[in-house]
Amino acid sequence: MIELDSITKNLLKQIAGLHKIPDGAVSFRRNGKGEIIRSTAHIEIKKKEDNPGINIYVHSSCQNEACHIPVVVTNDGIFDLVYNDFYIEDGAKVTIVAGCGVHSGSSSGHNGIHTFHIGKNAEVTYIENHLALGEGKGKILNPTTIVNMKEGSTMTMNTTQIGGVDFANRKATANLKENALLTINEKILTASNNIAKTDFKVNLLGQNSRCKIVSRSVARDKSKQVFKSNMIGKNLCFGHVECDGIVLDNANIDSIPRVSARDNQASLSHEASIGKIASEQLVKLMTLGLSEKQAESKIIEGFLK
Amino acid sequence: MLELKNVSYKIVEQGQERVILDDISCIFDNNCLTAITGHNGSGKSTLTKIVMGIVRPTSGKIFFDGKDITSLSIDKRAKLGINYAFQQPVAFKGITVKDLIDIATGEENTTDKACEILSKVGLCARNYLDRDFDKTLSGGEQKRIELALALAKSGKCFIFDEPEAGIDLWSFEKLNNLFDSTKCNIVVSHQERLLKNADKILVLENGKISKYGDSKQVLKSLGSAYCEKLKEEV
Repeated sequence: MIELDSITKNLLKQIAGLHKIPDGAVSFRRNGKGEIIRSTAHIEIKKKEDNPGINIYVHSSCQNEACHIPVVVTNDGIFDLVYNDFYIEDGAKVTIVAGCGVHSGSSSGHNGIHTFHIGKNAEVTYIENHLALGEGKGKILNPTTIVNMKEGSTMTMNTTQIGGVDFANRKATANLKENALLTINEKILTASNNIAKTDFKVNLLGQNSRCKIVSRSVARDKSKQVFKSNMIGKNLCFGHVECDGIVLDNANIDSIPRVSARDNQASLSHEASIGKIASEQLVKLMTLGLSEKQAESKIIEGFLK
Repeated sequence: MLELKNVSYKIVEQGQERVILDDISCIFDNNCLTAITGHNGSGKSTLTKIVMGIVRPTSGKIFFDGKDITSLSIDKRAKLGINYAFQQPVAFKGITVKDLIDIATGEENTTDKACEILSKVGLCARNYLDRDFDKTLSGGEQKRIELALALAKSGKCFIFDEPEAGIDLWSFEKLNNLFDSTKCNIVVSHQERLLKNADKILVLENGKISKYGDSKQVLKSLGSAYCEKLKEEV
């Protein structure tokens, strides 16, 4: 059993809801080093030979099992780069809880490059939370996700940047075959001088492939956010992008959802809205007894829930 | 008891001053259901919004149980016991019906308690508690939940702005039963059926009180043609 200091415990709690290293399939990485790798009968985790990172093999026999792969950076000046490849066999059902927490007094960060190979009719829920704490400036998190989905597979990707990250460049590319279904829910909160960029690209290749992207963001102070997505329909397919932003103080949000039809059977739509908190929402909650500040917090909390 | 003394509200539109409410003085009693009526644009909603603090009067004073509340914010008035149900409910992303009930009551409610609150407005509560209070709910559902929220918050004065609008699937009788006769109830309405149920009626015309008194007498003096015309304005 490894020792967890209070900073690590706090990060684990916030990024993965964990109070300790959990049972079951686990890879725990701290300050650039894999500290725990544990496989189960249905989920095999192996350290990569050529690159930093792990290969995760989820067997068809895995039905509703969870796999935790948290990363924490608590030392200053560490820029961790990791390649994690996920091989999900046909028909497997798995929940993968990733996430990265940084707590440092100076610059440090983590670049995670995750590649998913999802087999036929497999079901994947992928949760990644990003958080940075501590006084230091220059906390950087650059998650890249590549998803290859075979026929009939589904993936739900919930990606959240909770706060404190000075710079983030979040990229995801997905390729969907026939009847595959991808749902991406992104939630981002920036403050201070944080910069957060998102760039999603989804190729709807197979017949009846479907994708829905919902992005909700709140930008405070002088922070900047840029959301870009491109959904490309190359068959009879359905895609929808929805991005809502709340902009406060002197913050900036750019929202650029793009849909591209490369087949006359593609059905694609997008909607984007950016604005301050609606005054009637504040007023309503104030009539129920909340102060203006409490009402604002409640609206943001709900929006990013 | 709620008292308005010489309340006026003026705005400037295209360089011209426009009087929305003109020197309104009136008392809304406890243990009383007072209906405010009048043609569209007569200042009914503005009057109730001034009571809640949503709109600030240009001049005049508002007293609640003898306390001058004219300068108090909306939430401070809410804490004193003034409750408000909007004509058009406000939708929220990510805030559930249960969240709003908890905010209204100021505590986390058990599922049973929250269900009890919603069942008062005729909703099969368990189906609604975890739903976001947004446009996925029908207009009628939103409206009934809006009423339930105003009733769930403890208070002394309950203001309902056109509570009947959009709840046609529900009965007037049930709506009438919602009003607690021991409180100070103020209802903005165009509907004769609701006006008949009131103890008193206040009629606004062009921002002024034209009639205020016992509901039977006011209705009689207004005449049925006036009430028919009001109904058409809904």
